[in-house]
Amino acid sequence: MKRRDFIHLSGLGMGAMLTPGFLMMGNPATAEQLLHPGLFNAEKKALADIALNTAKSNGATYTDVRIGRYLNQFLFTREKNVQNIANTESFGVGIRVIAEGTWGFSATNDVTPDGIKKCAETAVAIAKANSIMQKEPVILAPVKGAGEVSWETPITKNPFEIPVADKIDLLLSVNAAAMDNGATFVNSNLFMVNEQKYFASSDGSYIDQNIHRIWPTFNVTAVNKSEGKFRSRQALSAPMGMGYEYLDGLASEKIAGPAGLISYRNSYDMVEDAVAAAKHAKEKLTAKSVTPGKYDLVLDPDHLGLTIHESVGHPLELDRVLGYEANYAGTSFATLDKWRSGDFKYGSNLVNIVADKTQTHSLGATAYDDEGVKCKEWDLIKNGVLVNYQAIRDQASIIDEPESHGCCYADNWNSVQFQRMPNVSLRPGKEKLSVQDMIKGVDKGIYIVGRGSYSIDQQRYNFQFGGQLFYEIKNGEIAGMLEDVAYQSNTQEFWNSCSQICDKDDYKLFGTFFDGKGQPSQVSAVSHGSSTTRFDNVNVINTGRQI
Amino acid sequence: MAILSKEEAKAIIDKVLSYATADETSVSVSGGRTGNIRYARNTVNTSGESNEISLSITSVYGKRSGSSSINELDDVSLKKAVERSQEIAKLAPENPEYMPMLGPQNFPETDNFAERTNAINPDYRAKVAMDSIEVSNKGNLTAAGYLEDFSGFVAMGNSKGMFGYNKNTSVDFSVTVRTADGTGSGYAIRDFNDAGLLDAKGVTEISAQKAQASSTAQAIEPGKYTVILEPTAANDLMRLLAFGMDARSADEGRSFLSKKGGGTRLGEKLFDERVNIYSDPMHPELPGRPWNNEGLPSVKTVWVENGAVKNMFYSRFWAEKQGVEPVGRPNGIIFEGGNDSLADMIKSTQRGVLVTRFWYIRGVDPQTLLYTGLTRDGTFYIEDGQIKFPVKNFRFNESPVIMLNNIESLGKPQRAGGNMIPPMKIRDFTFTSLSDAV
Repeated sequence: MKRRDFIHLSGLGMGAMLTPGFLMMGNPATAEQLLHPGLFNAEKKALADIALNTAKSNGATYTDVRIGRYLNQFLFTREKNVQNIANTESFGVGIRVIAEGTWGFSATNDVTPDGIKKCAETAVAIAKANSIMQKEPVILAPVKGAGEVSWETPITKNPFEIPVADKIDLLLSVNAAAMDNGATFVNSNLFMVNEQKYFASSDGSYIDQNIHRIWPTFNVTAVNKSEGKFRSRQALSAPMGMGYEYLDGLASEKIAGPAGLISYRNSYDMVEDAVAAAKHAKEKLTAKSVTPGKYDLVLDPDHLGLTIHESVGHPLELDRVLGYEANYAGTSFATLDKWRSGDFKYGSNLVNIVADKTQTHSLGATAYDDEGVKCKEWDLIKNGVLVNYQAIRDQASIIDEPESHGCCYADNWNSVQFQRMPNVSLRPGKEKLSVQDMIKGVDKGIYIVGRGSYSIDQQRYNFQFGGQLFYEIKNGEIAGMLEDVAYQSNTQEFWNSCSQICDKDDYKLFGTFFDGKGQPSQVSAVSHGSSTTRFDNVNVINTGRQI
Repeated sequence: MAILSKEEAKAIIDKVLSYATADETSVSVSGGRTGNIRYARNTVNTSGESNEISLSITSVYGKRSGSSSINELDDVSLKKAVERSQEIAKLAPENPEYMPMLGPQNFPETDNFAERTNAINPDYRAKVAMDSIEVSNKGNLTAAGYLEDFSGFVAMGNSKGMFGYNKNTSVDFSVTVRTADGTGSGYAIRDFNDAGLLDAKGVTEISAQKAQASSTAQAIEPGKYTVILEPTAANDLMRLLAFGMDARSADEGRSFLSKKGGGTRLGEKLFDERVNIYSDPMHPELPGRPWNNEGLPSVKTVWVENGAVKNMFYSRFWAEKQGVEPVGRPNGIIFEGGNDSLADMIKSTQRGVLVTRFWYIRGVDPQTLLYTGLTRDGTFYIEDGQIKFPVKNFRFNESPVIMLNNIESLGKPQRAGGNMIPPMKIRDFTFTSLSDAV
């Protein structure tokens, strides 16, 4: 799948309807087949050992093996119709080796002793062939073998065990709720992913992990035909590292915000949000068009997550900083000399940004990454100062780290693993502060909720973000809905204008399911936690046009 | 080898259809070889090649449909796949928008297969990377590039007697060259069906020239400028317009082609009269596929004529509902232009900005087709018919609909990103802020 397809998908609110059917990332399967347990671990271990032994006897100095079964179930509906139900299954093995100081990789769906042996031989042969062009031998940060261990996403309801009919009922009731409350159109979708990954390496690790992710979402549109105007409002859900229990809609996980808004922490009420969305889409048709200028922005976690992703997550990927992504995603303004100076002010003193692959319910959560490194949490920005990057085993020595950060990932058994963004989150404020109290302190501002249009340059300086909902703040109070809002800023200037962060009671996870990187492109899912945060004196433009 | 001949493909499809018991069954089989090489920091990072073949079956009972796919083509596997597809179809909910399968069609014989691409091997890919890196090394520059090639086939058939077969090839090459101090960056990209047309060294030289010429960029005030968009840059925005011409969205009132009061803007003159856009699967420089996304034969279609909207995409379902003929989405568009070269266009410009490419383009308002994004890898200030100096990159907020009403001139079309696009001179293009990115 090309990255562009995912961009279409992740930007599903921008008028672009999802095109069901393009998301077949494996072979179609029945819903029942997705519940098949697959191979036992003893069988996987025996197969992995064949790869490890073959590679070693062919001259590999390091080998890792990933036997992966990747299951997806995606449901697409619009109004009263089910458009598509896609169940897919993909099973195979990827083998990565170092021989003559050079990486080699090969993958096969022939998961038999013979198929694996041949695949391991090919991986070593590729490494040896590539070693002719290698300038510097690979240096791996050390990893202690984990032995035989297992981990699974702590879910209480396996989404693949819920009957498909129940899921369709939910989506159609979401659509009905939206239509009953004034929507002209509604699309709703449910994405469920299960990665069953068995990792083995010549370091002595045999790691079995069972990872679940879920994303319920919708796009509600209201049309005023006589004026030729339409506006949409997307779901305020987040993709989560959870099971079907995310859809329980627990009252205890709702956060009541300004202007009657409800946001959802670790439990989502999809029907309730669809009712609100229909009302919001209609209200947007007559909302006041923003007057461009400087405003103090109060950014909700459902919105701020994407700003963190683009302006902090990506620039601190070490492979970008070093130039490996120059021809595609770009490089980074956060160069090594700025980090080495030890005093590069990325943001104001309030800004503490942490990376992790351990947060419960997050999309990045796993016990071990795809090169067998135990996952952990580490600081990227401390009291506003840039202190670290995201690095994997063959990069750690470049930034004087004794060990990998544990953020290596491949999106399938047939993709080679490389450095991917872990969860990157803004720590909540230490002092008690609610959103309502934050707004009281703002004279001229805009409260922005939800993920909208987003764009940032290839070194991550200049960005522009829209949102789902915009509310004008006048003299400490919400003064009504605005439209045609986008803010533009520069990463360092923006984070240095951060003046207040709400406390942990307002903290929640935002997520993105299809972050793209690499050529050929691979996707990855990642969460970004934050509390509502204030940024002062930011440039807001009006995006309204006449055609 | 994963490329089946027409006869081999037909035999397999017929065999699958003979196993099927559903009301309607369609089969498609496709395969081929994909190869790539990626380099950065003047050294190769990854290279690979994969051969794949896949057969997929769609079974339909009434308005319930199910699909399955496999990559083993023995009889037992094929039978199992048919059974699985039929099982899924029986369990599926009815799709009220389901359209019956098509009978036999007359597909054009498109010329989208090139032996020179089919012949690509790892040595060819390594040479492309080495040639490109050599240009970079010579100039004390840093190159990062990517080559991807494909050679394969697709065949489809159904229980109503339709059969089609097509062999196709493609090659895509892009390279970013940066100066050692990181103050200049250039980019060039090409795509062809025939790898014999690709000159990786020449493409890298363009990228290298842009890198060197773009260092020490000066900041000029954002605002409205006359811009000259190279075909790559013009394509970045024009494809968003051309592939957004869906009739259903317009009829539903949620498109830039929706009419106030209801209906679509089909037939309306929306653009400058020099705007002519069509698609043609037989175009020699842009050969298309024989059939479109719904299995109808690809035919030459005029989308915009003298600035007026002549056609929009109608799916088979929507066409039937609206009582019109279906109009398929094109594989690529041909945007007509003139004979001026880029150099001619620069020469005739008093004051303007030359744009190599855009980056990170995202929709801002689907109502007006407003997009934002940034210039990247070679942006230059033009004065009195000459490139004066490199300028810092800009963020833009602009709609291709507005752009096509502000045309100064159109140059000679060139293949860019799977379309034929002319360089464009556009007045009053809206740059809203500056970027420090190189």
